[in-house]
Amino acid sequence: MIPLLAVTDLTKRYPVGKPGPLSRLRQRQNTEPRPQVYAVDGVSFTIAKGETVGLVGESGCGKSTLVRLVTRLIDPTSGAILFDTRDLSELPARRFARDRDRPRIQMVFQDAGESINPRFSAFDAIADPLRRLRGLKGAALKAKVERAAGQCGLPLALLTRYPHQLSGGQRARVGIARAIAVEPELLVLDEPTAALDVSVQVVVLQLLARLRAELGMSYLFVSHDLNVVRLLCDRILVMYLGKIVEAGPARMVFNDPLHPYTQALIAAVPRLDRKAAFRVRLSGEARSPIDPDPDVCRFFGRCPHGTSACTERMPRLAPVGPKREVACHRVDVGSFQSVG
Amino acid sequence: MSAPALLIDNLSVEFRTRSGVVKAVENVTISVGKGETVAIVGESGSGKSVTAYTAMRILDAAGRVTGGRIMLGAVDLLTLRESELAELRGREIAMIFQNPRSALNPIRPVGRQIADVLIRHANVPRALAAQRAVELLQAVGITDPARRAKAYPFEMSGGMCQRVMIAIALAARPSVLIADEPTTGLDVTTQAVIMELIADLAVDIRMATVFITHDLALAGQHADRIVVMHAGHVVETAPTAALFAWPRHPYTAQLIAATAESAASLQELASIPGSLPDLQRADLPPCRFSQRCHLKTTACDQTLPSLSPNSTHAVACWNPLQ
Repeated sequence: MIPLLAVTDLTKRYPVGKPGPLSRLRQRQNTEPRPQVYAVDGVSFTIAKGETVGLVGESGCGKSTLVRLVTRLIDPTSGAILFDTRDLSELPARRFARDRDRPRIQMVFQDAGESINPRFSAFDAIADPLRRLRGLKGAALKAKVERAAGQCGLPLALLTRYPHQLSGGQRARVGIARAIAVEPELLVLDEPTAALDVSVQVVVLQLLARLRAELGMSYLFVSHDLNVVRLLCDRILVMYLGKIVEAGPARMVFNDPLHPYTQALIAAVPRLDRKAAFRVRLSGEARSPIDPDPDVCRFFGRCPHGTSACTERMPRLAPVGPKREVACHRVDVGSFQSVG
Repeated sequence: MSAPALLIDNLSVEFRTRSGVVKAVENVTISVGKGETVAIVGESGSGKSVTAYTAMRILDAAGRVTGGRIMLGAVDLLTLRESELAELRGREIAMIFQNPRSALNPIRPVGRQIADVLIRHANVPRALAAQRAVELLQAVGITDPARRAKAYPFEMSGGMCQRVMIAIALAARPSVLIADEPTTGLDVTTQAVIMELIADLAVDIRMATVFITHDLALAGQHADRIVVMHAGHVVETAPTAALFAWPRHPYTAQLIAATAESAASLQELASIPGSLPDLQRADLPPCRFSQRCHLKTTACDQTLPSLSPNSTHAVACWNPLQ
């Protein structure tokens, strides 16, 4: 089956440091290339139709850059983004804004209170993408907005209100309604529940699960709340410093993490009343993402199991069993066992 | 039992706003013993931060304490003058704030900020302060502390800034520490390390810790006792294990059921119906949870049952779960 989204070897690098007069001069003489941040470095993954893929990792690991690449808000340095067999990576982001595929990939941003124009009423916030991407107006527009609001459980009486007059949960609903109004096939969610209280978070998660079932969308769900990812996602991608270090079915990754970073990540998740449990802790600092050594594992230095082999050859993401992939020298591919 | 290190006794706080008086905290009693960690858990608007800020006497100017005492040992902090408070803050009672990056001084190297506290509150001679600051950075697990002491907050990660703030708070070895959501906004891996760091240091100096959080699971992992707040009231207080095993207040039970950590599937998660009552209303019901409660009876409209002060597991409810 052809996946809805297939990302291959996607890379995004940013030059660092302002090009001041001296560095401009240096560049002209071409003595020293400008240092670059490897925000996303050779990432490949697929999302099937109707599948929910969770993307986890700590701040600065490149989650948000990857999301911006996939939603084509920024241009990749290299690599391919096949959406329904069409390569979107060649299209400049500016052009993609008016592309026929733009409505098919939509995004729900982190804090709806921050991401919705404060001078737009809830109606206008939801209507904006419909006007711009579908060219709707008048009664047809009103019907679509009200349908999207209804699907997200937003009372129609609230549509005249402005973001500051809505509660956090209602704002989250507006953010979701706005994204689903144009009937996307891929919905990218960037920490949609991070700003919400637990009681509201539950409602929003259940809403997302219901919409997925009703509308048959695929989700790319970014979060650093692993418990939320565990509950909502079919598959998980674990990212560390620009690279995917582990991928697999959510339940398997959670119950038996293979990569030492995933192990530490899952061990760090607080569990109700588990005070004295054994825990893996990371020490040291993350390696710099600026011009990283291509032969050294990005996790080396923080990894409890790092050996000299990890500094000689970068571990590649390799299949472990039929469904899982992991990038670590210490994982024995034959026996599907983590040596750590 | 010896006298608590910090006793928040029957505290009530109001805010005067343009649209009326908000009864943010009402008759809240929390006691923390030496070496004990007590977590205050609640959703936004529950009054947990207002309680903490009042205990530090750094309440917003619009806030007014309408009753109660804040006993630090034998001293009532609410009766002290600002100059007397300045002697106690940092030395006896210290606070770690949410969002370390904005709580630290952005234009002063972090080592200097730690040294300031040492000179002012810990009687460290000026000449030795810089060296002691480096030692403290080392103690909170910052690598290459001598170099980091010269760094500004913007040059450090969020986790490192939080370590600096912990170093500042603990520089003078206070007897009471108030940590207001110390790990919100940090990664889970960093969160675990920071929470353990606070716990280890607290054990070292037998410090009483008040840990404020909205994360029930995190509280469960790190607190000896949990105080659950809802709409300005303490609804339940119990030793951690007992609270999770036998929650007695309907709100506590629903909060646990809504926590993603506890559920095996999304369907299992239960939301809490309704929302916080408007705390500006003149006719607030005695039990502020009653309108969201499925166990409400006529007794709930009469008076609020008080938390029995002597029991370890106290609940403010007429129909507690068994």
